[in-house]
Amino acid sequence: MDKDASRKKTIAAEWEPRIVAFFCNWCTYTAADLAGVSRMKYAPNVRIIRVMCSGRIDPQFVLDAYSKGADGVLIGGCHPGDCHYVEGNYKALRRIRLLKRMLADMGIDEGRLRLEWISASEGEKIKTTINDMVETVRVLGPLGIPSRFREWDKEMEIMESRIALEEVTSNV
Amino acid sequence: MEGKNDIRTGFYICHCGTNIAAMVDVDEVARFASELPGVTVSRDYKYMCSDPGQELIRKDIREHNLNRIVVASCSPLLHERTFRNATEKAGLNPYLFEMVNIREHNAWVHTDRRSATDKAKDQIQAAIQRVRHHKPLEKKRVSINSDALVVGGGIAGIHAALTLANAGKHVYLVEREPSIGGHMAKFDKTFPTLDCAACILTPKMTSVKTHPNITLWSYSDVMKVDGYVGNYKVTVRRRPRYVNEDLCVGCLECIESCVYKEGKYPHEFNLGLSKRKPIYIPFPQAVPQVPVIDPETCIEFKSGKCKKTCLEACGDREAIDFTQEEEIKEIDAGTIIISTGFQTFDPTRISYYGYGKYPNVYTALEVERLINSSGPTGGEVTLRDGSVPQTIGIIHCVGSRDQNTNRWCSRVCCMYSLKLAHLLKEHTGAEIYNFYIDMRAPGKSMEEFYNRVAEEGVHLIRGKVADIYPESPDRKDGKLILQAEDTLIGRVMKTPVDMVILAVGLEPQADAQDVRRTFNITCSTEGFFLERHPKLAPVNTFTDGIFLAGCCQGPKDIPDTVAQAGAAAAEALALIDAGQIELEPNTAYIEEEACSGCKSCIPLCPYTAILFNEEKAKAEITEALCKGCGVCVAACPSGSIKQNLFEDEEIFSQIEGILASV
Repeated sequence: MDKDASRKKTIAAEWEPRIVAFFCNWCTYTAADLAGVSRMKYAPNVRIIRVMCSGRIDPQFVLDAYSKGADGVLIGGCHPGDCHYVEGNYKALRRIRLLKRMLADMGIDEGRLRLEWISASEGEKIKTTINDMVETVRVLGPLGIPSRFREWDKEMEIMESRIALEEVTSNV
Repeated sequence: MEGKNDIRTGFYICHCGTNIAAMVDVDEVARFASELPGVTVSRDYKYMCSDPGQELIRKDIREHNLNRIVVASCSPLLHERTFRNATEKAGLNPYLFEMVNIREHNAWVHTDRRSATDKAKDQIQAAIQRVRHHKPLEKKRVSINSDALVVGGGIAGIHAALTLANAGKHVYLVEREPSIGGHMAKFDKTFPTLDCAACILTPKMTSVKTHPNITLWSYSDVMKVDGYVGNYKVTVRRRPRYVNEDLCVGCLECIESCVYKEGKYPHEFNLGLSKRKPIYIPFPQAVPQVPVIDPETCIEFKSGKCKKTCLEACGDREAIDFTQEEEIKEIDAGTIIISTGFQTFDPTRISYYGYGKYPNVYTALEVERLINSSGPTGGEVTLRDGSVPQTIGIIHCVGSRDQNTNRWCSRVCCMYSLKLAHLLKEHTGAEIYNFYIDMRAPGKSMEEFYNRVAEEGVHLIRGKVADIYPESPDRKDGKLILQAEDTLIGRVMKTPVDMVILAVGLEPQADAQDVRRTFNITCSTEGFFLERHPKLAPVNTFTDGIFLAGCCQGPKDIPDTVAQAGAAAAEALALIDAGQIELEPNTAYIEEEACSGCKSCIPLCPYTAILFNEEKAKAEITEALCKGCGVCVAACPSGSIKQNLFEDEEIFSQIEGILASV
């Protein structure tokens, strides 16, 4: 085994999926509270952001999370028919479906975005969903968009300097 | 000197005793936070929610001139208000505060201290970055309509309605059945005092009917609930009973004179143990004292060819009205108390107990009716063939504490089984065998009652009945053998009995999920309505202005139900008498210059809060109608709609903070 491969292996072993979750205040956030009160144990890879309704989740939030280094995004809302605001969850559903199609075109695996209906009584579902998603994303590996950005920036820099150089030499 | 716009954040992390500190290294997190930009003070404290904890925040705001506060502790659903108040008391706008949930969402659900601490740091960094973008907001207040609605007229609803009415508030009491009284009206005597249910309930029922502040609508359902705390608009459907309540005097001559001389159809109130006529009253003390005509069985409704002797008997009172139609009523109510009760477990789900197969297997509720002196047998406990049972077996925990049916303890079954044992012994002199898993007798005078019944010679056998079968295989209506292991002596017993009583558990009403949707409240895992906090807000729901009372929230006995109903009424009164309530100012608003007038937002709003101003060609939000879901904010293509407390910048900075360590 060469040195580089073993180093990569240690990095892979150290890497932990980082998942950003957007939970609606009424159902899923409360369910996560219930999971806590019930002392259920689940993977520590998810960081939860509270919104009032899953309908508040702008697809840009999801893209922004990826671009800042998230490996996956989990969205939780009330079950269909149960939305505290009548139908915000349907709007979330439509937006997320559309976004998933775009993500496929961008080469982002659909396992990195998950929408789940979790009611306030489903603490257990918080646990299983989070554990399951962490495992899915672990198999997919790091998304690594920030580092890709840096690589692209570097490429651009090199290209720019090459063009500048060419301009200088052609002027001579 | 620092400028006026400097962010000076105070950060506080709570140990919550050891609840948080055992899993999250609070010292490390506090040190970490102290180095984040904009953080002036970073502290940890044993109990942030306590008085000294809050004082810490207030003192720091004054001394260090803080202009942002972040507290990392439990769920904001629990203590956000506490800390906002502390912030406000020190003269800072309460919305310049942000809370981080490191207990329910972190310490309690993780097992590795290192990763839990790292997660807490991410959460905290997100909040500290978010709070920079917070703006001072005005509190939004709405007035509270002093009328209240109580849904469900069992003992819980009755007590809550009377409490409110006695305090001078007008109450609408809506009951689905033809009479109020609920399950309690079916009982004979109540444990542990053995006072008669009717003697303590019926006077209260009558007070409901006669109280000037109560509008009682029985035989009615709530169809729709709109509006918000203090200003609910409720649609109630009053089903036709074909007897005009205003004209009926309650003489019941119509029932007497019905062309059916005897009852012919199963009597619902007596659980089918007796028959009723098509025109009937559920039970003699029913409130309102007005008969109901069942159109399914009345000859006039079926064929139009009845002699209508009831109409004749009613005479010039003219209360009977075959043309009555359902009425839809719209009412305004500021507060709502839900007391829709429970249903008993259906024992046919446990096939080996033979309910429905062996005629002498009864549910406890059926036996309540048999013992009741106004019940189908006038208080005589007899088997289906009319004979008096000599031996009776009572099986506890039917549909309770069972992985295959309901997991919870129904709380009342042990005690009502003991009560039935006592009453049956009194009525029949039979030998009585109670089969229990554990004897649960918590609460005032309960253990004493258990000892009393045990001393009366009732056989108490610790064992779960595994099978019931007829003594002679060809006679289903003969003696039944109860097979159970007496776990105290480790021996299998086969006990022959004449009568089996299944102590069925309590479960949510079949339509609890529909009720939940109608009122926009939540259910717990079992399907009972969920209280806002199991200890600190046991009668509140997550929806402001809607309260819970009685068994719809979970199994409980009559004293606890009445206590809870009183608490729900008190909570409602507190709101009503305050006259107004603060709402979360998380409404959406439009930055007019940026609005392109595309109208995408308008059809999205479920509350029609967004209108299009043709003159300006801009969308406008009516703040009073906005409930703050943020659906329009996420949809606005020009980003001109914003939501207070959930601004884009706030959420983006939160995302950035969460991922800062990546």
